[in-house]
Amino acid sequence: MNYINAHFVANTDSHNSLIKMAPMKLYGWAVSPWMARVLVCLEEAGAEYELVPMSRSGGDHRQPEHLARNPFGEIPVLEDGDLTLYQSRAIARHILRKYKPELLRSDNLQESAMVDVWVDVDAHQLEPIIRPVVFNVIIKPFTGSDCDQDLVDGSIEKLKKTLEVYEARLSSSKYLAGDFVSLADLTHFSFMRYFMATQYAEVVEAYPHVKAWWEALLARPSVKKVMAGMPPDFGFGSGNIP
Amino acid sequence: MAPVKVFGSAAFTNVARVLVCLEEVGADYEIVDIDFHVKEHKGPEHLARNPFGQVPAFQDGDLMLFQSRAISRYVLSKYKTDEVNLLREGEGDPEESALVDVWLDVEALQYDPAMSSVFFQHRVVPALGGTPDESFIGESVEKLKNVLDVYEARLTKHRYLAGDFVSLADLSHFPEAHYFMELPYAAVFDSYPRVRAWLEDLFARPAVKKVVSLMANDFSG
Repeated sequence: MNYINAHFVANTDSHNSLIKMAPMKLYGWAVSPWMARVLVCLEEAGAEYELVPMSRSGGDHRQPEHLARNPFGEIPVLEDGDLTLYQSRAIARHILRKYKPELLRSDNLQESAMVDVWVDVDAHQLEPIIRPVVFNVIIKPFTGSDCDQDLVDGSIEKLKKTLEVYEARLSSSKYLAGDFVSLADLTHFSFMRYFMATQYAEVVEAYPHVKAWWEALLARPSVKKVMAGMPPDFGFGSGNIP
Repeated sequence: MAPVKVFGSAAFTNVARVLVCLEEVGADYEIVDIDFHVKEHKGPEHLARNPFGQVPAFQDGDLMLFQSRAISRYVLSKYKTDEVNLLREGEGDPEESALVDVWLDVEALQYDPAMSSVFFQHRVVPALGGTPDESFIGESVEKLKNVLDVYEARLTKHRYLAGDFVSLADLSHFPEAHYFMELPYAAVFDSYPRVRAWLEDLFARPAVKKVVSLMANDFSG
């Protein structure tokens, strides 16, 4: 276990009570899929945290106070004691390593490798395809820009090929890294949440094992709780612009 | 124990990333070339290793992995010792491994896209018979400078990215940097002395030198 050292009991529920810790702080806007990726992990871990809301339209992330936390001027940012972290999947790993290492399979080299593979598949194969669709189809109409339909159409074609890989994987494995839920599954939720709110949801639903896996994710209490803070229009429609 | 296998030519930056990890830990490994000219990467045998038809793929016994940074983590975790702990795992300071994760993601999601866009436009597009998109190159160079501004500040405070210890986060940068230094745009790095020094330090590592020689041998292929 990565977080065990001589001072603490092995990883059990009593672990947390032995350590007086200030709650972690997570800075950002809850509708952000990068933010939501971390929120799901905080909820799964049952960790104590404080959400520090920031305003995107107000440019909070570009202010010196925030740049001191994250010189890239992005959210989310996690403060855990005197440790400040950014990059959503790095934050997620830290939270799970500390509070719920079974979601990383830290004690099993081969299983943790499979978790790492599929976390990177999300980062490098899937998110780059669905992010521009979400941006063009949901956000651009609210910000007065034209949807780049050629880009969307091209992305959907790439998505189908990528989903074939997911379908094959989920046909032989209950979850992405194996027959256990892990960060590999959880990391996918936040961008998919918005993609599945578009008219292109049916593209995903055409793959039965992917559809079942998605529905299993939606049924998790952590996911339901975080989703409640993620209106499908990012809040633009109700005037709660992030 | 059978040597582990890496599928794909060392000339590919993502393959080189894995190779430098294997060299750093001193593991026994074998490189199995995948012939892109005959589309071997899209054939059924390779797709069984990497379902996206990409390189690298990696085999250790009956474990098959893909995605270079996932493979790198596995290699560094499996072969780690007290002296070679490039993920900062184990009994040490958990904050260190968190910072390795941060800067590895910065490499993957901020640095690599900016660097590889420029290389792709300048070297690969003409090789495929096209014309480089100079305005896209210009935008990519600007993005790269914004990223390097942050790196310069970071490396002014710490010897390496995650702290005063070398890690996967640093090593992961070298393959793109190696090719980028051959481009006219390499002059961008002249404005960033701490970044230059950090890269020179990485290139001086025996493991990196070994992989650079493997990359050079393969690139002409």
